Amino acid sequence: MTSTEGTGGLLVEDVSVRFGGVVALRDVSLTAAPNTVTGIIGPNGAGKTTLYNALCGLVRADSGRISWRGTPLLGRRPDELAGLGVARTLQGMNLFPLMTVAENVMVGADRLARGGTLAALTGLGRVGRDERRLRARALDALAEFGVAHLAEALPPSLPFGLRKRVALARALAADPDLLLLDEPAGGLSAEEIAELAERIRGFRERMTVLLVEHHMDMVMDVCDHIAVLNFGRVIAAGPPEAIRADAAVTEAYLGDAA
Amino acid sequence: MEQLAELVLNGVSSGAVYAALALSLMIIYQATRVVNFAQPGLALIAAYTAFSVTRATGSYWLGFVLALVVGGALGVLAERLLIRPVQRRSELSAIIVTLGLLMLLQGVAGMVWSNEPHSFPYPLDFRGRFSATDAFAVAAVGVTALGLLLLFRYTPLGLRMRAAAFRPEVARMVGVRVGLMLTVGWGIASVIGALAGMLAVPPFIFPNVLDGVFVYGITAAVIGGLDNPFGAVLGGFTLGIGLSLVSGYLGPELVTLAALVIVVVVLSLRPDGLFTRPRARQV
Repeated sequence: MTSTEGTGGLLVEDVSVRFGGVVALRDVSLTAAPNTVTGIIGPNGAGKTTLYNALCGLVRADSGRISWRGTPLLGRRPDELAGLGVARTLQGMNLFPLMTVAENVMVGADRLARGGTLAALTGLGRVGRDERRLRARALDALAEFGVAHLAEALPPSLPFGLRKRVALARALAADPDLLLLDEPAGGLSAEEIAELAERIRGFRERMTVLLVEHHMDMVMDVCDHIAVLNFGRVIAAGPPEAIRADAAVTEAYLGDAA
Repeated sequence: MEQLAELVLNGVSSGAVYAALALSLMIIYQATRVVNFAQPGLALIAAYTAFSVTRATGSYWLGFVLALVVGGALGVLAERLLIRPVQRRSELSAIIVTLGLLMLLQGVAGMVWSNEPHSFPYPLDFRGRFSATDAFAVAAVGVTALGLLLLFRYTPLGLRMRAAAFRPEVARMVGVRVGLMLTVGWGIASVIGALAGMLAVPPFIFPNVLDGVFVYGITAAVIGGLDNPFGAVLGGFTLGIGLSLVSGYLGPELVTLAALVIVVVVLSLRPDGLFTRPRARQV
């Protein structure tokens, strides 16, 4: 991870997103230092998901700049981001329903075993090797989350908590450098949340993590740095202790979701 | 008994053609929810290419290979230039564009090669019961179906294509080039369509030669369920044998009607097709 040093990790500068007359993000700036966990919190509708969508190329930003390790991200197609080492989990998880758990994760790991489409159509021997390498990698990722035994199951047959682990394994299988987590604790039991928090702290050694999450205890617990969004603006940013003490944050939450 | 065996064998060889057409329709439908009505048009141009090449060089197989290449290339071009721009608006627009493309291609074929029938060679000996040509048709379609199965089930490209078909937005986010996968799907489907055309055209080629076969190809796809390759192949052979029996025992004039009856019955009883598992509902 030495290549991240000195390039500034993730840099979001003055990003604005409008949907018609509605301003979803207004001049949002934040930074995430390499190998840290940065929490993004705020009431519902504050713009957290829009920020992720702008990062991933799903929503066009009207102005501003976003860069990762000095490479600009805005204006790229979503599929290019995976190639740049950016992975994301989604609130709805969105596993591919008619593909086995292993196949779901193999698609995620794909950037690591790319023979190219033309090669795939012509050179069968190489494809066989790619397939085996992908499968091995997917099984490793599943094993890391303790679900390797479910490799041949179909996602709709699994309970919620296990599907969430598969979705995480899919994101991690690509060996990302920047991981965007979207409410990973949603719907999990206290025990599962504690385990998840432990994992996220561990991710730090391998990658930079952004965390959108409503579960405040976990956010305070695992984040090195927190940015608070409200009505599309950053109203506070700092280490967890400072955020906990910040009056504006308390007000945003008391006025809405407390 | 003698007659039954004969009819079944006849049905198997025409069923191979229906199966190939059904496969090509299925691949595109699965990826884009579009029924490609231009398929017989693409296959027609491919077959006319083979006709010209064979006449110029004397080699049937050179024409055959070039037909597959031209068919695939036309499919790729159609997807990129015609389908993609309208598909964003709605699947219906894309379907209408495929209908328009069919008419255009048939018109162009008539202008270039004339509307008169030309004789078109069989790949191999076609005489007798289950001739070498029939065996070739069945083998070619069998190899194609097996190849597709291996592609979709055991290769990273197949995985990406399936991911792109099921959940394009999610696939994009895990790094799949969804647009490219659609183009590849159209290309593969059109190569298979061209194969079906080469098998179905002889003994004569003219601009509307594939219309009837295409109707049966759609019927086979509906029987099998537009969503799965096994269904397409089984649907093709079932239809081929069924229609051959109808033709032999009840009279050839009833074949088209029988196909229509089959479609109506299947669509009212099992709209997802006979060979699909009832779909698990996603909540």
